[in-house]
Amino acid sequence: MKWGLVTFLGIATALLVGFAWVQSGGLKQHAMFSAVTPEEAVQALMSQIQAHNYQQAYASLDPSSDTDLASFIRDVAGSDGSLRTYSSLQAAEVSPLHADGDQALMRVRMNWSSALGSLDDVRDLRVLHDGSVWRVVWPKPPFSTVPPQVVSVNYLRWDVIGRNTSQTWGAQDVDSPKVRITSMNAISRPGRVVILGEVENEDTVPAYLNVNATLLKADGSPIEEEGSFDLISHVLLPKQVSPFRIDFPGVRMDAVKSVRMDARALLVPASADPVIAVSDQALSKDGLNRNVLKGELVNQSGRPVNIAQVLAAYYDNSGKVIWVSDGYVDQALMPQVLVPFAVDIPDDIAGRLKTYRVIVNHYSRLSN
Amino acid sequence: MQRTIPGHFAFCKRIAGLALLCVLPGWAWAAELHVPATVEAGQGFSISTAGSGQAIFYLVGPDHVLKRTVSLGNDLQIQASDVRAAGRYQAILCDPACTSATFEVTAAPPAHLSFFLHPSRVPVSTPDSIDAAAFVFDRYFNLVLTPAAVDFRITPASGAGFSRQGVTRDGVTWMHMGSTLHEGPVQVTATVGNVEEKRVIQQVAAEACGLRMKALTSANTVTLETDPVRDCSGNALPDGTVVSFTKVDKAGKSTVDTPIKKGIARVQFSLHGPAQISVACGVALGNELALNGKL
Repeated sequence: MKWGLVTFLGIATALLVGFAWVQSGGLKQHAMFSAVTPEEAVQALMSQIQAHNYQQAYASLDPSSDTDLASFIRDVAGSDGSLRTYSSLQAAEVSPLHADGDQALMRVRMNWSSALGSLDDVRDLRVLHDGSVWRVVWPKPPFSTVPPQVVSVNYLRWDVIGRNTSQTWGAQDVDSPKVRITSMNAISRPGRVVILGEVENEDTVPAYLNVNATLLKADGSPIEEEGSFDLISHVLLPKQVSPFRIDFPGVRMDAVKSVRMDARALLVPASADPVIAVSDQALSKDGLNRNVLKGELVNQSGRPVNIAQVLAAYYDNSGKVIWVSDGYVDQALMPQVLVPFAVDIPDDIAGRLKTYRVIVNHYSRLSN
Repeated sequence: MQRTIPGHFAFCKRIAGLALLCVLPGWAWAAELHVPATVEAGQGFSISTAGSGQAIFYLVGPDHVLKRTVSLGNDLQIQASDVRAAGRYQAILCDPACTSATFEVTAAPPAHLSFFLHPSRVPVSTPDSIDAAAFVFDRYFNLVLTPAAVDFRITPASGAGFSRQGVTRDGVTWMHMGSTLHEGPVQVTATVGNVEEKRVIQQVAAEACGLRMKALTSANTVTLETDPVRDCSGNALPDGTVVSFTKVDKAGKSTVDTPIKKGIARVQFSLHGPAQISVACGVALGNELALNGKL
C-alpha cells in the first residue's frame, strides 16, 4: 500500500512535469535543437517566429549568422510602426533548392496576415549541418542608415474654412474640388468584371476622392454597385493623377450593357509632404517565378512613413489602362532610405503591357 | 413659426371651421365688409364695416389667423404685424351670419438679396464659367415679384471692372460670364436699390503651358528644376500643384511626383549611365532631356 502511493505520486509528478514541458514549448525546442533535416530546421525556426519566441529562434540560428538579436527581431517583427509590426506569421512553406551533406539552401515563403490583407515574404536561407542537427544561417538584414542631418522642408499644406452654418441662404461657400475620370476600361477577368481607369484632380486644391461604378443591364436597371476601396489614391493633390480599379466578383461581362461612373470629391485639409520617389522600376520575375513590377521607394522627407502602398497602372500600346495592381510595403519608409517593393502582374497582362506608372499612398502616424 | 402636433391639429380645426364659414356667406343677414384690393406687406390699414352691434372678425392669412371681437359700423384697424407675409388673405365677419372678402398682400420694396455666385474657384480664360443669380426679398423676406433692376458689378484684382444689369422676373435674375485672363480674387457685387451683397470668386491658373525643366548634373546625380510653372496666360500655377518627373535609364524607370514650391518643382535623381528624362503636370507634357553616359 505504502509503495503503491509512492509509485502513484511519482508517476503523477512525471506526467505533470512532462505536460508543463510540452506546454512551455519544450517539444518545439527539442525539435529545433534536434532538427535532423534542413526542412525541420527551417520549419522549427518558423514555428518560433510564429509564436513570437524571438529569443529562442535567435538561439537556434547557426553561430555563423552575421546578425545580432536586435537586428533579427527588427527583421522578422518589424519596427517604426511599419505594417510588419501589425502582422503575424500565418504560414510558412519550405522547399529545398539544393542540399548536400553539410549544407542546404532552402526557400521559405512566409505568409503574413495583416489588417490590410496577406503579405508574402520569400527568402532563400542557407542551412548548415552542425554535428547531429541542422541550423539556419540568418543573413544580416540590409538596414540602411543615413547620417544624422537636417532635412529642410518647405512645409506646404491646405486648411479649409467652411461656411458658417448660421449664415443665411445664399451665403458664400467654397466648392468641392473638380475631378475628372480621364480614362475608363471595363475588362473581363476569371469570375469577375473589372473596371479600370485613371482620375485626375483638375483643381488647385486637394481632393479626397471616391470612385464608384454601377454596372447596368440592357434595360438600364443596375446589376451591382461597387467602389474602388483601397485600389485608388484617395487624397489627390492638384493635377495629380491616380489609377483606380473596381472589382465586381461573380458578374459576367455579357450581362453588362453599360457602366455608370461616379467620382465624388471632397475638399479636405491636406499636406504636400512627404514626397516619395519610386526609383529603378523594372519588370521582373520573383522567387516564385511570378511576373512582378519591382522597384525601390525613397522617402524624401525628414519624417518616417509608417505604411506605404504602391499602386501601379499598366498600359497597352494604345495607351489604354489594361490593369491596376497594388501592394503594401511591410517596412516603414525611413527618411532617405531605399525600400524595395514588388507588385504582382497577371501573366496575360505582362505579355501585353507596354508601359506602366507607379504612385505611392502613405500613412504616417505623426502627420495623421 | 413652429407648432407642435396638437397645435397643428387645433390650427387645422380652426381653418376647417373658417372654411365652413366661408362657404356659407349670406346664410342669414350679414354685416358688410369693405377691404382694399391690395395691401403692401407690413402696412397697417383699416376695413370699414356696416351694421350695428358686436361681431366676430377673422383674418386668415398665409402664415397666421387673427380673431377679434369688433363693433359693427366702425372701421377695423389691421396692424402692420398682421400682414407681414405676402399672399392672399381672407377677412370674415360673423354676426352671427358670416360674410367674407379677400385681398392680396404684396411684397414691400426690396430690402434683402440672396446672391448665389458659382463656382467659388474658376480657371482663367474660361468662357461662360461663372453663374450669378440674385433673389430679391423685402424686409419680411417675401419674394418681391414685381420687376426690380439688379446691378452686377464685377471688380477683378487687376484690370478694369465692369457692370451688367438684370431685371428680376418672378423675383430672380441671373447672368453668365467668362473668367478673365488673370488669376486672383474677383469681387462680384449685386445691388438693388440701396441693398448690396458681395461675393468673391477666385480665378486660378489653368493647365500648365510651355512646361520646361533644366538639369544640373554633379557626379552621379542630376538635379532637375522646372522654370516657373505657368499657364498659357502667364499665371503661375499655385504651390502644391503636382509635377511628375520620369527618368528612364538602364536601371529601369524612376518617377517622382513632387509639388511646386515657390513656383518651381525640383527633384534629384541618381544616374546610372545614359538617361532619358521627361516632365509633366497633369495632362500637360513638358520638354524631354537626354543625358549622356559620361555622368
